[in-house]
Amino acid sequence: MTLEQSERASQVPPSGIRRFFEIAEERDDVISLGVGEPDFSTPWAARDAAIASLERGQTSYTANRGMRKLREAIADYVERFDLSYDPDDEILVTTGASEAVDLAFRAFVDPGDTVAIPQPSYLSYEPGVGLAGGEVLPVQTTEDDEFRLTRDGLEAAGAADADVLVLCYPNNPTGAIMTEANLEPIADFAREHDLTVFSDEIYAELTYEGSHASIAAFEGMQERTIVFNGFSKAHAMTGLRLGYALGPAEGIDAMNRIHQYTMLSAPTTAQHAALEALASCEGDVREMVDQYDRRRRFVLSRFEELGMPCFEAKGAFYVFPKVPTEWDCEAFAEELLREEGVAVVPGDVFGAGGNGHLRVSYATGLEDLREALARIESFVTEHA
Amino acid sequence: MSEREVLELLRENARYSTADIARMTDLSESEVEAAIEDLEAAGVVRGYQAVVDWDKLEDERVRAEVELNVTLDRETGYADIAARLARFPQVTALRLVSGDYDFDMEVEGDSIREVSQFVSEKVAPVPEITQTVTHYVMTSYKENGIELGDGDDDDRLSYSL
Ligand SMILES: Cc1ncc(COP(=O)(O)O)c(C=O)c1O
Repeated sequence: MTLEQSERASQVPPSGIRRFFEIAEERDDVISLGVGEPDFSTPWAARDAAIASLERGQTSYTANRGMRKLREAIADYVERFDLSYDPDDEILVTTGASEAVDLAFRAFVDPGDTVAIPQPSYLSYEPGVGLAGGEVLPVQTTEDDEFRLTRDGLEAAGAADADVLVLCYPNNPTGAIMTEANLEPIADFAREHDLTVFSDEIYAELTYEGSHASIAAFEGMQERTIVFNGFSKAHAMTGLRLGYALGPAEGIDAMNRIHQYTMLSAPTTAQHAALEALASCEGDVREMVDQYDRRRRFVLSRFEELGMPCFEAKGAFYVFPKVPTEWDCEAFAEELLREEGVAVVPGDVFGAGGNGHLRVSYATGLEDLREALARIESFVTEHA
Repeated sequence: MSEREVLELLRENARYSTADIARMTDLSESEVEAAIEDLEAAGVVRGYQAVVDWDKLEDERVRAEVELNVTLDRETGYADIAARLARFPQVTALRLVSGDYDFDMEVEGDSIREVSQFVSEKVAPVPEITQTVTHYVMTSYKENGIELGDGDDDDRLSYSL
């Protein structure tokens, strides 16, 4: 007998980076700028708290919504983004922001619903929409707008008729941010057209100019917005798998109804780490953010010097340079990997809007960045 | 403020080139050079040294932390005693500290004998010094903010979204 995949499963596309992964495996001198996670380890105090919780034998499930204390700490924490959520019923602790993203599509998208997604964007939204039976409406963002979402862009794409709008700022893969002033017309648009907004703010803490602004902080937005955030990026906790969703009580309740059956509760050990991360790791986070910012400036300067123009990404840990015009970005990324052993992700993996670009992650030590940029320089010079 | 940034970077790695510091800070190279000159001229930056893991070398290097208790009188203050001790090249660090003893002195030498002799012949006889307690360093785990272990491997996948 053969296992027959569901139609829905078979529609989920294979990953666009698999091929590169296999080439990279063949070499042992690869410097990877293809990584979407911090190179730092989780701040020691948080790891230590996780270990201590294990020593005390705290290995049972927690409340479905997450430990009460952690929800309270999250409520306090997000006040820095002008957000105010009730730990009782407006916060759900999830297994990574990934789970929150998945729950939101399942909880709020019906077959035939339209979900507007700015391009280029992080890749897990489209499969989420697909599994829920929804339709993706791509909304192009362009380098001229520094990959910000604009009202014009939304209108041109026909997003006025969409049901849900997904935002991901600071953005993976471009590193674009949206300031309060940039968000205002988007909030107006969402209200005017009665859109539900999913705002993935996992990179909020990694904002290098001004401070992060959340669309949920605008008048009349909190009630229509689900915010995703988590500990993976800011607190370097990817492997601990901990995130959260913020939203109006009925919305969080809908997500929790699914979560209580499919997940029961987010990992307990990770919740202890997260609690400590919020209680005492602010300094570690600042230190990491400072390091990323220096690397960001370094990488931007080097791309400029070697003649690959790159808009000034101000968030996350990515820059998004343009490949020389005679190159296709897939071919560039592949040849760069084969010839120089430098791994970067071709921009078109993140949707057609990323064509002609590379996602270059600077979540890598400065020594490696320096060497990688030198290799890119010699690659570009050789092929000029 | 840019001086502060440059200082932080030098403290992280004193061998960063001026060009790299300029790239990381958005200062020009000449501004970086000027900032470093100012820091040096003002005596903020007193030197640049390698952070060494002596356990990785064949040659022995003996280091000791010495606690010193002193008595002061009208003519002799802490600074006088410190000046006298600091002149010895064997003394690599000397700090006045709070707590059970007065000075925390770090001493280096090629052998235990050399260090012991130094403490007993040069330090203990100083009239104001009433007591010395010498702790030999057995293993160092962290120096100048740098962990001396084997480091964590980067076990991340080479590509992730
Ligand atoms: C934009 C974005 N959202 C969500 C995630 C997933 O985060 P988590 O580790 O919390 O599941 C990532 C991870 O790369 C991401 O880049």
